[in-house]
Amino acid sequence: MISQVASVLDQVPWWLIVLVKSVVVLFVILTVFAYSMLFERKIMAWMQLRPGPNRVGPWGMMQPAADAAKMLLKEDLTPSTADPLIYKLAPFISLVCAMGAFAVIPFSESSAGLWGVGDVNAGILVIFAITSIGVYGISLAGWSSGSKFPLLGTVRSTAQMISYELAMTMSVIGVLILAGTTSLAGIVHAQARLWYVVPQIFGFAIYIVTAVAETNRAPFDLVEAESELVGGFHTEYSGLRFGLFFIAEYLNMITVACIATLLFFGGWEAPFGLTVVPGLVWFVLKAALFIFMYIWLRTTLPRLRYDRLMNFGWKFLLPAATLNLMVTAAIVAFMPQ
Amino acid sequence: MYPFARAISALAKGFATTLQFAFQKKPTIQYPTVKKQHAPRFHGLHELRRYDDGKERCIGCELCSIACPANAITVIGAENAPDDRRSPGERFAGRYEIDELRCIFCGLCEEACPTDAIVLTPRFEMADYRRGSFIYSKDRLLVPPEAGRGTSPDERPGGIPADLGAVIEQKSTVSIADGYGATHRGEILKTERKGLAG
Repeated sequence: MISQVASVLDQVPWWLIVLVKSVVVLFVILTVFAYSMLFERKIMAWMQLRPGPNRVGPWGMMQPAADAAKMLLKEDLTPSTADPLIYKLAPFISLVCAMGAFAVIPFSESSAGLWGVGDVNAGILVIFAITSIGVYGISLAGWSSGSKFPLLGTVRSTAQMISYELAMTMSVIGVLILAGTTSLAGIVHAQARLWYVVPQIFGFAIYIVTAVAETNRAPFDLVEAESELVGGFHTEYSGLRFGLFFIAEYLNMITVACIATLLFFGGWEAPFGLTVVPGLVWFVLKAALFIFMYIWLRTTLPRLRYDRLMNFGWKFLLPAATLNLMVTAAIVAFMPQ
Repeated sequence: MYPFARAISALAKGFATTLQFAFQKKPTIQYPTVKKQHAPRFHGLHELRRYDDGKERCIGCELCSIACPANAITVIGAENAPDDRRSPGERFAGRYEIDELRCIFCGLCEEACPTDAIVLTPRFEMADYRRGSFIYSKDRLLVPPEAGRGTSPDERPGGIPADLGAVIEQKSTVSIADGYGATHRGEILKTERKGLAG
């Protein structure tokens, strides 16, 4: 039976398999996005002593559908001062880059291979490369809006993303040195005995802080600081185009949670030898924990002042990440295995 | 090192606070499916009362209209026909209109009324889509004959109840879908008045 299925699969062209996988992953990811949004609204409401959305469906479970319908029906405005082509293109750059990262993320593994669209031997680099391009979406959106608040948001965004990306990459290199590979599956396999959160606790702490800044989430959400910049880079956007930015922001959050799971928490490896539960469930649980932490962070901490954000990034996180990298490298180089 | 440790402990305290809040009981009242009791003498929507024999109490004297500080009441009296007496007196209210958007619910009309005809009920859910529909005329103000004679505030429990400020929640019979129109007579939630609520 299995050999028959395998022989049929051999005759299917490779691009068709990739296409089907991509469609499935995109569908799953967008569903996860919709419900992580509801999850955030619920958790945030509970932490603020509110019940949260509960009118649409039982426990507000249909709220994402209602939101989507609202977004679709809203008028799509373009300011007269905007650069029409770039203004319309920017949300798609954001979204495509956010979605692109999921092409190389492995979600689990079975005897047949990895559960993911592609298995790239430099997966972590591909993810960083793709998500870095996502900054263009935000930058171009603010610049092409032809309005002052989006422009200010963009200036902040570009500076913030560039300065925190350095520390973020630095904090991850420690893991790469320990694992000796840039393949995400390889890094997970290398954690079979010990999760890298233990030897790389400082790297992990720096990664978490920079990841929040990279995804423009509170308390580092100066890019869209409502009290100062109205809506930041997406002030002028309405309807579906605003929705695309919104999806991109959440997808980035999920990507960052997935990377943290893969690099520091052993991906789909079961803890305490609980291999009864499938790897995918562990992966989802670990990633969900990170998303919960994001929400918890947002409800708890107030927004940082911009100069303090930059000081923190350049004068604390970057040196700390560099030090962590040097110490890790020295230990790996001089300690006998 | 000390300020660093202090910063970490401050952060931990903050995170513990928000997490603790997440598990606390929420004070939200799920209005309109759950409602809160209000004072028995709460000043809400007006009502024109009747006598026990079904005759209207209002004699069209316009004293309420004169007393009204918001000029919300319009009364135009009419003579009672000998064969069709609407009120015990000579005159009755031919037209009686209250603009509930102008009304400040002070209750001076109630105090001015010599026959205790106009009273304020505790009903307050009057939301509507058009301004015009807030002008209540006799068809909505007058107690329908089958609904009794109407209750005067003097007949409602007075004083300050012992459980002042207590929240008494109860399931409403009004669903969200028909929440609009819930103020119309007969569909009103009938509750036993238990006391004042915050």
